[in-house]
Amino acid sequence: MNEVTKETYKPTSPNSKLDFASVWEYAPAPESASHAEVKNKYELFIGGKFVKPSSGNYFESTNPANGEVITEFAEASKSDVNKAVKAARKAFEGEWSSISAKERGKYLYRIARMIQERAREFAVLESMDGGKPIRESRDVDIPLVAAHFFYYAGWADKLEYAFPGQKPEAVGVCGQIIPWNFPLLMLAWKIAPALACGNTVVLKPAETTSLTALKFAELVQEAGLPDGVVNIVTGAGETGAEIVNHKDIDKIAFTGSTGVGKLIQRSLAGTDKKFTLELGGKGAMIVFEDAPIDQAVEGIINAIFFNQGHVCCAGSRLLVQEGVADTVMQKLKDRMESLIVGDPLDKNTDVGAINSQGQFETINKYLKIALDEGADVYQSTCNIPENGYFVRPTLLSNVSQSNRVVQEEIFGPVLTIQTFRTADEAIQKANNTPFGLAGGVWTDKGSKIFKVGSGLRSGVVWANTYNKFDPTSPFGGYKESGVGREGGLHGLGAYLKF
Amino acid sequence: MSHLEVLKTYKMFIGGQFPRTESGRFYKVHNSNGELLANACLGSRKDVRNAVQTARGAFGGWSKRNAYNRGQILYRIAEMMESRRAEFMKELTQIGFSDKEAEADINASIDRLIYYAGWTDKYQQVFGSVNPVASAHFNFSILEPTGVVGLIAPEESPLLGLTSMIASVLAGGNTCVVLASEKYPLPSIVFAEVLNTSDVPGGVVNIITGKRQELVEHLAGHMDVNALCYTDKLPTDMVTQIDELAAENIKRILKKPVNDWNAEDAESPYYITQFQETKTTWHPVGF
Repeated sequence: MNEVTKETYKPTSPNSKLDFASVWEYAPAPESASHAEVKNKYELFIGGKFVKPSSGNYFESTNPANGEVITEFAEASKSDVNKAVKAARKAFEGEWSSISAKERGKYLYRIARMIQERAREFAVLESMDGGKPIRESRDVDIPLVAAHFFYYAGWADKLEYAFPGQKPEAVGVCGQIIPWNFPLLMLAWKIAPALACGNTVVLKPAETTSLTALKFAELVQEAGLPDGVVNIVTGAGETGAEIVNHKDIDKIAFTGSTGVGKLIQRSLAGTDKKFTLELGGKGAMIVFEDAPIDQAVEGIINAIFFNQGHVCCAGSRLLVQEGVADTVMQKLKDRMESLIVGDPLDKNTDVGAINSQGQFETINKYLKIALDEGADVYQSTCNIPENGYFVRPTLLSNVSQSNRVVQEEIFGPVLTIQTFRTADEAIQKANNTPFGLAGGVWTDKGSKIFKVGSGLRSGVVWANTYNKFDPTSPFGGYKESGVGREGGLHGLGAYLKF
Repeated sequence: MSHLEVLKTYKMFIGGQFPRTESGRFYKVHNSNGELLANACLGSRKDVRNAVQTARGAFGGWSKRNAYNRGQILYRIAEMMESRRAEFMKELTQIGFSDKEAEADINASIDRLIYYAGWTDKYQQVFGSVNPVASAHFNFSILEPTGVVGLIAPEESPLLGLTSMIASVLAGGNTCVVLASEKYPLPSIVFAEVLNTSDVPGGVVNIITGKRQELVEHLAGHMDVNALCYTDKLPTDMVTQIDELAAENIKRILKKPVNDWNAEDAESPYYITQFQETKTTWHPVGF
């Protein structure tokens, strides 16, 4: 093959790698943040009002892309959580339960529409507060938020059709604790089905990404939702523990790490509280020799670098059949070179900022572990901003099944690569972690998709695609990736009693 | 001619075989008049672990049996039970059931097996779904069995309660490890003999006899057990212990008090779906 120079380079040539950067440069394309209004300080949202925390304590929220302080959030203590639960209980036993299911649904439709109206503002704030590329918050997160509310709105008056032979009833007051990787989307996953089923909620957003939840609280006020139906308390783990252990909460819904999930399940031991847990994962992408390789490479990129790899269902392990391993590896490296890592608000950015200093340190800890375990570490050579928390897209090869980087969730833009010979070996390796959230299969042979897909012990199988989400599509894990499903008809069960 | 009755040795049921407990221990089981019926195996931690191991080994094959086949095997269990009616009558009457009660219990047990046999190839259609996603993908959700289920069988319903629990778990393609009724373990062993002649593969059902207080923690804490089910009202500290141990590997727990196994709601497809995982598959639609 002739050496490719800038002069001879043809983007359509099948043997040449994607090398846009040496052909032209991207001009900055920042999304304006001027339209998004951020207050200096946010209070707790309890009983339909913004109230000061009883402790008087606030904590700062920073933009992980530049370290600047964006705003302050109130720290909810035991008495604040108690107040929020009381407000939720009062609303549940009062106004909210007296509203007909049809009218209840209409509130959710209204919320869905108002989110669409304010979509750009929410997208900008999500990227500022959490570090995700604006393209993703604009095209994925916020549209899905609206879609979730719109979908569950319609269930409110049709619940008896979802569970044949049963008489579903609302559970009561739901305590909901959500993570920082998809802040507003996880809020929607929690609040939309809970309200559709007639419950009231006390929700705690993650301490590093509470902004859009409080903006949502403003929207709840504007939508005229009865006081106390939605309560939002900000704070860190201690606030979450107060919710989990509160005696007057009927159901706990948690999305986050498997470690915290186990703690929560333990805390609930001996109680009659319902719970659903959506926990960690270590998704395997199985690429067969007969796969459409270029599509598979795009899929792998999307599987692991989407949202900086801060995705519980990320395809963080690549299992590639030996015959195409070298080709896939080379194409993957070439494609990684074209990824733009940088300002989350820039519309050209592919990989944004790592969400927090803590997560930045965790990822770097695992990169060190990878070296200690003898892995070959490859990182793309892209420029990354000097300030803020950024990690280059990373591949770890020469790893084995027992390595920590293969077994444990890194939650960053770090992909491990292993090879396999037979389909059975691939399935065995894919299933050989304590997790079971998601997996991917790449092959052009339909029967193989079904055979391998049925062998994967995971709640989601993406075949010839990855990281797709929809409100109608149930999501959740096998094994230690959690219990219960969110999304779709199946997601209603978590918020009903029979 | 005189004939000395040959007494039956009641052993446990693990991996399609009837071993004694590895611990060599026993406990006495009495009839309703306080007379000795048998020396039952006093199962141990190691027995539970052996049973879990064999249940895990059997899971792959059993969960891949097609629904029609599982239905026929459940039906076959009912057939075998029918033919051993006399033996179950003896087992139940000697522990205090009246003839009428025993007969009703056996009838209900047989009918329950038929009930779940009928569900094997239907629950997927009722509870699975095709999901109308807003992108160009075909998306569907199916139910798959959770895995190895630990069953703490009801203490006071040694046949119907036991049969109901096992039948629903088998219908869904799971395998199980059962802690039999401590007070009345013998019907569970006769039931195991029925299973063993009903084309149920070895290891799919494993039955341990012994002390609940001793064995529960080993079942609840085992990292290769995926789910637990109990229908008795257990002491608060035991419930807490089970729940805490279960959290170590996110076990699914079904605790559903059942007072009357003859009641209408004692049979339901929701006993099957409790131990099912929803798997959602996406595939692009395009040329």
